[in-house]
Amino acid sequence: MYFVELAVKGLVYGCMYAMMAVGLTLVYGLLRILHIAHAGVFALGAFVAVIVANTTGSLALGFVLATAVSAILGVAIYRFAYQPLLAHPPFVPMIVSIGIFIVLQEGFRMVFGAYGIAFDTNPWYVSTVELAGVRLNQVEVAMVIASIVLLVGFGLFASLTRAGIGWRATVTDPQMATSFGVDPIRVRYLNFIFGSGLAGIAGALVGLLNNYVEPTMGGLVSYKALAIIVLGGLGSVRGTLIASLILGVVESYGTIYLADVFDRDAIGFLFLIVVLMMRPQGLLGRG
Amino acid sequence: MSGYIASLVSVIGINMILALSLNIITGFCGQVSLGHAAFYGIGAYTAAYLSKLGVPLALTLPAGAAMAGLIGIVVGLTSLRVRHDFLAVTTMGIGFVFLGFVRKQKWLGAELGISGIPAPGLDPLVYALLIVAIAGLVIVFCVWTKRSWMGFAFDAVADDEDAARTVGINVPVYKLTAFGIGTALAGLAGGLYVYFARIILPDTFDFVQSIAILTMVVIGGSGSVWGVVASTIALTLLPEVSRAASDYRLLIFGAMLILVMRFSPGGLAAWARRYLARRQAA
Repeated sequence: MYFVELAVKGLVYGCMYAMMAVGLTLVYGLLRILHIAHAGVFALGAFVAVIVANTTGSLALGFVLATAVSAILGVAIYRFAYQPLLAHPPFVPMIVSIGIFIVLQEGFRMVFGAYGIAFDTNPWYVSTVELAGVRLNQVEVAMVIASIVLLVGFGLFASLTRAGIGWRATVTDPQMATSFGVDPIRVRYLNFIFGSGLAGIAGALVGLLNNYVEPTMGGLVSYKALAIIVLGGLGSVRGTLIASLILGVVESYGTIYLADVFDRDAIGFLFLIVVLMMRPQGLLGRG
Repeated sequence: MSGYIASLVSVIGINMILALSLNIITGFCGQVSLGHAAFYGIGAYTAAYLSKLGVPLALTLPAGAAMAGLIGIVVGLTSLRVRHDFLAVTTMGIGFVFLGFVRKQKWLGAELGISGIPAPGLDPLVYALLIVAIAGLVIVFCVWTKRSWMGFAFDAVADDEDAARTVGINVPVYKLTAFGIGTALAGLAGGLYVYFARIILPDTFDFVQSIAILTMVVIGGSGSVWGVVASTIALTLLPEVSRAASDYRLLIFGAMLILVMRFSPGGLAAWARRYLARRQAA
């Protein structure tokens, strides 16, 4: 039973990682930039959610605004930081991304305080449900449902709508897509709106899950999301989703069985390094 | 006052060795590393552990450098398998694996680190001068490397690996050499830090430290020895000269990274070169 419980908890974390990592993969697939500042977008989503929820009392409004504000921040990062640098080698925008991440994290510390904010009321946190003998609180359930709904929705959008098909075409071959009348700039904006909105929702959910929002909360999740997109084969959405779930489960077991040797955060990266040594292109990357 | 000067000079010297060592890997050889603090930490932990056993400074420092260099070469092997962005994330992972390992080892003090490290047996000012002397040797070594055949080979690997291979440069050997030298020097800096601080904590060697080292390299101008030396001195002194700069140190680092990359991706060295060229033309 214990074994199953670890697997389920691992999958819950995997769903959270997936929501973060998909945004990173989308950016990488389109622009070949390691979007480290994504962590700041995630943390901003959490802060907006907790502040709106505490002042208005409406968690739903918190989620809506968290998504919107995160999407705006993501688009702003693209427009003002990445777009002017696209002609430079990828090293340059990556360093800028690190800079933005640091500035955002320090900015949150100054504006919201270093000690973090808790939710005044967090009804989902205290009520639990039992699924096949495994006890989960409702935030964890919400995390799984949200990630499935959003990612399936995104999948349908990408395969069924005109804009979605144009998007995929641009990722595969930007020049060809442009000559067929797809506007690559619009695709990029769409990309950042969707990826950043998703990160904002993930941030709000993680805030609920910990019942606590702090300036540095984006860090670890996003480093792991970076490991995940490399693990999945950079730019491959399917690989990213699989790698997220695998990493969640590996960490879950690792924290129990490797507790004396490594901490939780090292296990994920150790797994990444081992996999990369065997498959340098990642799990599903093209060789 | 002289104690303050000695500690300031020591910190500048240690940071300079760190920045120049990363510059060999990232600047000269073009291999991005986001986990350089791990090697700083490996050197520090090795030296600290040995010093507690009573091993003298003359042996602990080389041991720390050797340990960091050895592990650095092993990590360098990953650079033969993965390139560019994959390598950046992998090296970042090395940093977290190191930290996660050290934090769980009771014999390395776990979260509390190692304290009560014996004094170097030198006056603080003399010790500071020793650090500066070693930093000076590292500068000389870097300038010499840049002009040597090895420097040209590094340059070729950084520019275009495949082209380097076609002109007969043994790319794996040069990559591993760069990793070996760079990480060993970082380990040496770690050993020097141990006797300076006399206590080490795992958090000293975290991701933020890796980024701080990278900041010094990138702002000075990746690949330029004098640019990196200048930016290390400036960025280390900055928090000392103004109280505000020390409170918002990270914020300033972040903002500088953004601005320098935005307006002069070659760092201050490239900017200075352009400025001099313009003055000569005028």
